[in-house]
Order: sequence, then C-alpha cells, then structure tokens
Amino acid sequence: MDSSQDYPLELTGTNVPMVRFMNVSKNYGGLKVLDNLNLDVAEAEKVSIIGPSGSGKTTVLRMLMTLESINSGVIYVDGKPLTHMPRGGKLVPADASYLRRMRASIGMCFQSFNLFPHMTALQNCVEGPIQVLGLSKAEARDRAEELLSMVGMIEKKDQHPARLSGGQQQRVAIARALAMRPKVMLFDEVTSALDPEVIGEVTNVIRKLVSEFRLTMLMVTHQMGFAADISDRVCFFFSGKIEEQGEPKQLFGDPKRERTQQFLSAVKDAV
Amino acid sequence: MSLWLFLVQYGSRYLSGSLVTASQFVLASLVTVVFAVTFGLLLLSKTYWLRAFAAAYIDFFRGSSLVVQIYWIFFVLPLLGLSLSPFIAGFLAVGLNTGAYGAEVVRGAILAVPKGQWEAAYALSMSPAKRMYRIIFPQAFLIMLPPWGNLLIDVLKGTALVSLIGLAELMFQAKQINNLTFLSAQAFGAALAIYYLLARFLITPAVRGLESRLRRKMSRT
Repeated sequence: MDSSQDYPLELTGTNVPMVRFMNVSKNYGGLKVLDNLNLDVAEAEKVSIIGPSGSGKTTVLRMLMTLESINSGVIYVDGKPLTHMPRGGKLVPADASYLRRMRASIGMCFQSFNLFPHMTALQNCVEGPIQVLGLSKAEARDRAEELLSMVGMIEKKDQHPARLSGGQQQRVAIARALAMRPKVMLFDEVTSALDPEVIGEVTNVIRKLVSEFRLTMLMVTHQMGFAADISDRVCFFFSGKIEEQGEPKQLFGDPKRERTQQFLSAVKDAV
Repeated sequence: MSLWLFLVQYGSRYLSGSLVTASQFVLASLVTVVFAVTFGLLLLSKTYWLRAFAAAYIDFFRGSSLVVQIYWIFFVLPLLGLSLSPFIAGFLAVGLNTGAYGAEVVRGAILAVPKGQWEAAYALSMSPAKRMYRIIFPQAFLIMLPPWGNLLIDVLKGTALVSLIGLAELMFQAKQINNLTFLSAQAFGAALAIYYLLARFLITPAVRGLESRLRRKMSRT
C-alpha cells in the first residue's frame, strides 16, 4: 500500500502532460492486471495501445474514464489528479462528484457503440451537452448537427440506432463523445465489432479527427496498419506492463523485444 | 329465471359493482406502480439500510396473505389510531401487496439493461439520477412491461377480496345477489365473466399496445 501523499497535488511547470499514469497498479482479486504503470501522453499526442488480450490495454482506457478504480498510484489529467482529490494538503481517493467533474474532460467510444436505443442519432448527441453541460437545446443541436455532418451521419440524424449499421452507429457514437468537447478521447477497440467492409468508414472518421482537431487520443486497436498511420507513438502491452513503446515506424518496422516480435508476427500471420 | 331476465333485473347492481371494482383497480394499480418503482430502486441502492428496508417490505407483503393484509389494514390499524374507509383500505392493501411483487420486477428489469448503457451514460458524466431516469429506466420500462401485464391482472383479481371488508364492489354484489336469489350459477357466472372481460379486453390489450408502441418507437422488432 503506497501512500498518496508522496504524489504532487498538481503537475506544474512546462511540458505538463495531458495524461500521466504514475505508478498505477490494478488487481482483480489476486490477478495483477496492471503492474506499476507509468505512462505520459502529451497534449494532442495520439497513442495507440496494442497487445494480446488480457494484457491490460483496455483496462488502461477504462481507468482513465474512471470506469475502473485503481489499487495504487495516481492518474493525472491536464495536470490535475483524476483518481484522487486534494484535501488538507494531500491527495485522498476522489469521491463521486469529483470524479464526475474530472471525467467531463474525457470522452470515450466503446467496442459495442452503446448508443442509447430509445433516442435518435441526434438525441444521442444532444443528451450530454443539454443534461450535463447545460447547453440550450438550440446550441446543443447546432453542435450535434455539425459533428454529425463531420462523421457523415447528418442524413440519418433522426434514425434510431436499431436502424443504423454498426459502422454508422459507431460514427454517431464518435459524434456523441465529441459533442462533450473532451480534451482526451479514448477509443476502445472501436472497429472490433464491425464487419470488415465498414471498418474503413470508422477509421476514416478517426483519421479526419486526427487531422482536424487538436485532441489527445488514446486508442486500443487491433488494426495495426491504422495504428501505424495515425499514431505518434505505439505502446505494446504484455501482461500488465508496457513491454515496448516507440514511434510506429520503429515499433512495427524494427521491434526490439522478443515478445513484440512474436506478437507482431502472429498478427501478421492472421491477416 | 332466464339469463336475460336475470341480467335485466340485476344488471344495474353488476354495473355499479363493476364501477367500484374499476376504480379500486385504477387506484390499486397506481399504488402498485409507485411502490414497485420506489422499492425496486431502493433494492438497488448502495446504502445497506435502504436495501434492507426495501427487502423487509417485500418480504412482509409477499410472505403473508392478501386477505390477512386487508383485514389488518382495515381492522388493526384503527387500534393504532389510523382508521381507513373500506374503499381506501381496499386499494391500499391490494396495491401494497402487488407492489412488493412489482419491486422485484422493476429491479430485475433495471439490471437487465446492458452494462454498456450504464457505461456510456457514465462516460458522458451524467449524474446517477440522470443516468437512471434519462437512460436506464426508459429501457428497463420496456423490459418490464410483459410482467406488468401479469401484475395488473393480479391487481384486478386482488380487488375481489376487498368485498370481505364490505366494500360494494363486483364480488360483493355477486354474493348479495346470490343470497337473494340462490341463483349461484348466474350470480357468480356473471361476476366471473366481467372479471375475465376486464382482464382480457382492457388490461391485456392496453399493456400489449403500450409495449408495441414503445418497441416501434425504438424501432426494435
């Protein structure tokens, strides 16, 4: 059990990362899912996380979204602690309302889309801005329509999710997350549940995001080519640790570690 | 006496009984829904005492007979200083009883909403209350409608027991007509038919209609 008081209340100075994992560990019962993770993501940096299943990569995103608690360490977002809050000069585990305030700067897209089935595409995209950010209906609608146009879904804005294909649902889900104006966007295997022929429509939307927005992005993916194209950095996770990380060209072209080489050749064989 | 003559002679009593039954049904249904939703949500509370309180309510009202509950509310509560008319005691007892069953239905339906829906609402930073009433409950509502069809029929049938504390509803009228005429087949046959018709042609179609309308709205087939 480490004490959180050894961690800074706030990250200051130049080059404060947008996201910092500091000695973060996570167990499920006796199983160590993440082992003393240290990871910085700079503002507007795009980081892809790859690795075999069970390596803890999705857990990284879920912890950042505060969907999972952490067992030790501290996560900072934009210089402020996310998992903890300052109280009396030290950090204590964050309560629900602090978490809610902090996670507003983080948006997430899920493997299974998770659009709200009782709402149209447009209603899905205005729900958060109206209910959480307190935008007026007109403002929220303008913002949502702009984003739905960007993801190419404006013609389908009045459809319910059940009438949309997987690729279309995922594009709406991206617009819904962006409508909250997050600083950090998390993509958790967003193409894994899609038919091969529609994967491109989703990855193209993400490419567009990369070129048009100054967003910090963390992405767990099995699409190696896509990860290579859009990432500034690729992290290879193996049994709860970053086994190797580097620029995509280096990591995919010239992996140093044996496990990375094995994983990449296994992935290549599968294609 | 022919059935026709029987109905001509006693029809108005059946009608007035049916009206009382119908109003008992409507009010008991309201009580059922309010208690089912409230205690269903309490069962899911993070606070132990709220969960325990809800479990105790459900245990009590599911674990004892409705007739005893009606008697208790009508005959025992006055001893504790709360006197209720047969009408109020009646729909209250029936509603509290079915509400206990409904609470489990509500709880089950809420838990049946896919986990991803909670997570998506959470990821939008929605407060727990908004997550529930904007996102989860509307979906749970659709899931719980078929069992609600059952419960509402139970409410209707439960109101027949209110005749035991002297409320002049349908069953009460049927018994009186039987005592007057000794025409048991007609007297109770008519009551049977009216209960059946109410359940079959009002409650069931109403619940089914609501369900298919909501399903169409979600475009889920």
